[in-house]
Amino acid sequence: MKKSVLSAVVVLLLLGAAAYGSFFIAPTDAKQGLIYRILFLHVPSAWTGLTAFFISFVANLLYVWRRQPRWDWLGVSAAEVGLAFTTVVLITGPIWAHPVWGIWWTWSPRLTSTFVLWLLYVSYLLLRTLIEEPDRRALLSALFGIFAFIDVPLVFGSIRWWRDQHPTPVVMGEPGSGLDPLMYRVLFLSWFAMLGLMTLLLRQRYRLESMRGDIETIQRELEAA
Amino acid sequence: MKNLNSVFAAYMIGWTVFFVYYISIARRTSVLREDIERLKNSLNRGK
Repeated sequence: MKKSVLSAVVVLLLLGAAAYGSFFIAPTDAKQGLIYRILFLHVPSAWTGLTAFFISFVANLLYVWRRQPRWDWLGVSAAEVGLAFTTVVLITGPIWAHPVWGIWWTWSPRLTSTFVLWLLYVSYLLLRTLIEEPDRRALLSALFGIFAFIDVPLVFGSIRWWRDQHPTPVVMGEPGSGLDPLMYRVLFLSWFAMLGLMTLLLRQRYRLESMRGDIETIQRELEAA
Repeated sequence: MKNLNSVFAAYMIGWTVFFVYYISIARRTSVLREDIERLKNSLNRGK
């Protein structure tokens, strides 16, 4: 208990430091002005969401291979946490786009592939509610989760492979693209803080899923008794 | 301070999403904890 409180305090301090850096340390962008500061929430949320989906993907593969419930629990937990981060991406993006582009949304490759990714993981969670038998639910959702992850490389590559209204990548982009060094430091601090938040949420969510597993075991014992 | 409202809105909504999600996990965990206790009691009564 003490350890979990301590880790929550550390994550909160990191998030506070990241917010302070985003508003008071990172210099104002010459072209966009204040609105660009949404980047320090939007981009780390996107990276963290993709990281969570990758964890879910690996857990789904491990479930198909090993058939151990813990991989199913990790797969669904990481998918749900990734969905929370992607929801923030889909909300903060249009808030930034409206003053900069003059529109809230456009069906460009990056935006469309991100929205499809969100829909795929919503479907993954919905699918789980439709199947009652635990082993069948775990296997089918693991297979669907592996399929859903195919969209992640498309999200990553969409602004590199195709012309897109979305800004060019700030990391691993073309020569000349990128940010001021101080902006980079704040961006990576924000990502580090978001990864801390993801770990915290993932741990809580995994505990919840393992409790569900316990309930299913007890219910089976009760039915057998 | 152009667009300050938009920046504020983005951060407020973003943090609200994370906070609501955290609360939803905590609530679901507490409901399940009660269910486990109830089921354990039923199991013990049955033995």
